[in-house]
Formats: sequence, C-alpha cells, structure tokens
Amino acid sequence: MPVTVALDRRPQDVIPLIEEVSPTHPSLIDREHVLAELFHITNVPTILWIDERGRICRPHDAQFGTDTFTAFHGKRSGPYLEMIRRWVRTGEGALTADEARRLRPDPTPESERARVEHALAWHLSQAGEADAAERHFRRAGELAPLDWTIRRGSMPVRDMNPFGPEFFALAEEGAPAYPMEAVTPTRAEE
Amino acid sequence: MTAFTLIHPGGRAELEATVEDDGVRVDPKGLEDALGWHLRAEGLCRGDVCVPVREPAALADTRGIDLAAFAQALGLPLAVEPDARVAAVGVSHGERRAALDSPEAPDFCLPDAAGRLHRLSDHRGSKVLLIAYASW
Repeated sequence: MPVTVALDRRPQDVIPLIEEVSPTHPSLIDREHVLAELFHITNVPTILWIDERGRICRPHDAQFGTDTFTAFHGKRSGPYLEMIRRWVRTGEGALTADEARRLRPDPTPESERARVEHALAWHLSQAGEADAAERHFRRAGELAPLDWTIRRGSMPVRDMNPFGPEFFALAEEGAPAYPMEAVTPTRAEE
Repeated sequence: MTAFTLIHPGGRAELEATVEDDGVRVDPKGLEDALGWHLRAEGLCRGDVCVPVREPAALADTRGIDLAAFAQALGLPLAVEPDARVAAVGVSHGERRAALDSPEAPDFCLPDAAGRLHRLSDHRGSKVLLIAYASW
C-alpha cells in the first residue's frame, strides 16, 4: 500500500496535484512537517519501506517514480520500480533491522535545534510576523544547511521560488544525501 | 504573567509567562500540563523519571521556571522569540536517535485533502511504501 505525504506548508500548493491524479491510496498533507521530524527526513522525495509488522525494512532513500528529472539527479526509475515490485511479491530487498539502522540518516543536536527554529519560524509566519519569521527560517537553515525540507521547503512561504534562482543557489552548495542512495543501484551510469 | 505560546512535540500550548531581559519564565503548572515535567527537590520529573538538576533553586524563582535553563537541563532544543511571546521546544537528540534506532516506524496521524485522518498503524499487516514528497 503506498502512503504519500506532502510536506507542504500551504495545502493549496499541493491539492491541485492530488486532484489531478486522484489517487486511490492514502494521500496525506503534512503542514506541520510532523513526518520530517519523526523520521528525520531532510529532502523529498524520501521513500521508506515498512513491512507487515510496521518495521522499517529499507530506510530513507531518495528515488523517483519517473525519469522526468534523471538529467538533474542521475537516477533511473525503472530499476527502483522493479525492486518495489519484487519486494511486494517476494519480500526480497528488505534489510535486517541492524542493516536498516546502520543505513538510516543520523540526526544531530544541530538538526534537532534546526527543527524547533523551523517550527517557530512557521508559527511566526502564520502570525504575520514576517521579519521575526525570516530570522528563524535563516537560523534553522544555518543549523541544518543540508536539510532541504527546511531550506527549500520554506521558500514558498518566504516569497522565494523553489524552482528559481534561490533554489539553484542552494543546489550549488551541494544536495542532501541519504546513506541508502549509495546502496540502491539506480544511478544512470551504472 | 501573561499568555505565552509554547510549541512542543505534541502540539502547542498557551501558558502564563513573564518575559524579561534575563529570560522567559513560565508558570510551572502550565509547563507540566504541556510537557509533563515538573520541578521537585530531586530534579525535573516526568512520570517515574527524574533528571537530577545541580541547583533546582536556580531553575525557578517566584516568576516561574526559567525556560532556557529548563531546556538545557533536559537537553531539549529550544527556539524563542521573546517579543512575540512564543517559543518552540523539541525532543532531545538522544531521544530522537533512540526512537529511530527502534525497528518500528514511528506512528503518525495526518489528514488527506478532504480532512480525513489516517494513521500509519492503520496499515499494520500490509507492506507500506511511505513516500514523502512536496510541491516544491
């Protein structure tokens, strides 16, 4: 069962996308970034495999369902979609609990401080305190420079374009990466 | 004391607080209602757990509990905007790591576009492909 979760502060940004696809699986909206906090998610898309017992059997991985942006990120969707089908049919591809723990991203004291700065910034933004909000958005980004749920995800509510110059400047600094990305064989050159 | 907003892992709470140059001091009862922690002679306690505090008296005075000292004593991340009378407190790095070290996925409850709530644990017994994405 796919469960999709949109890390969008403004539901109006994502509801048109959901309506266009009208999915039959649960398609959820996470305005408060609950999922990002609980799972230590630092970018999208992030995919986790969870088994029948509710255990994470393949942790955070940044993979794609289409090849629309392959030229940008260098990953192909075909091999990954095939891995998912095999897992669903046979269970193959699931990691042991120890492997899954070893390959999960690791939060730091700074990343946890960044999350509270981000939560405060979002509260201030909604309260109309734009200047104070901006200070805390910036602080959050300084504490977690490779967390794009913070630095890119906050752009729509900071009058920045997440597909514009601000994003390309951010990408120049380097992109977030999960340990699993080095393990899952989807690189176009492989 | 006047109203102060505390954003915390379980939601947000309105409690009484004094904001002065030397920091934010919150009403102990409000803090306990929001986070479960209260100050006793042996330290900060929640349920059966007590965290020793070197100088409990330094944590609180007649104006309330010093929010920054409270967060520091428990290793909790804290962000404060005194002028707007709001702060956000999180979970400690150790608690987050321990939660992620558990093989079980953390449960959550989130709405769909129609506002209907869904829990991850509703799908126990099925494989779940959990996909975080965004419009950005």
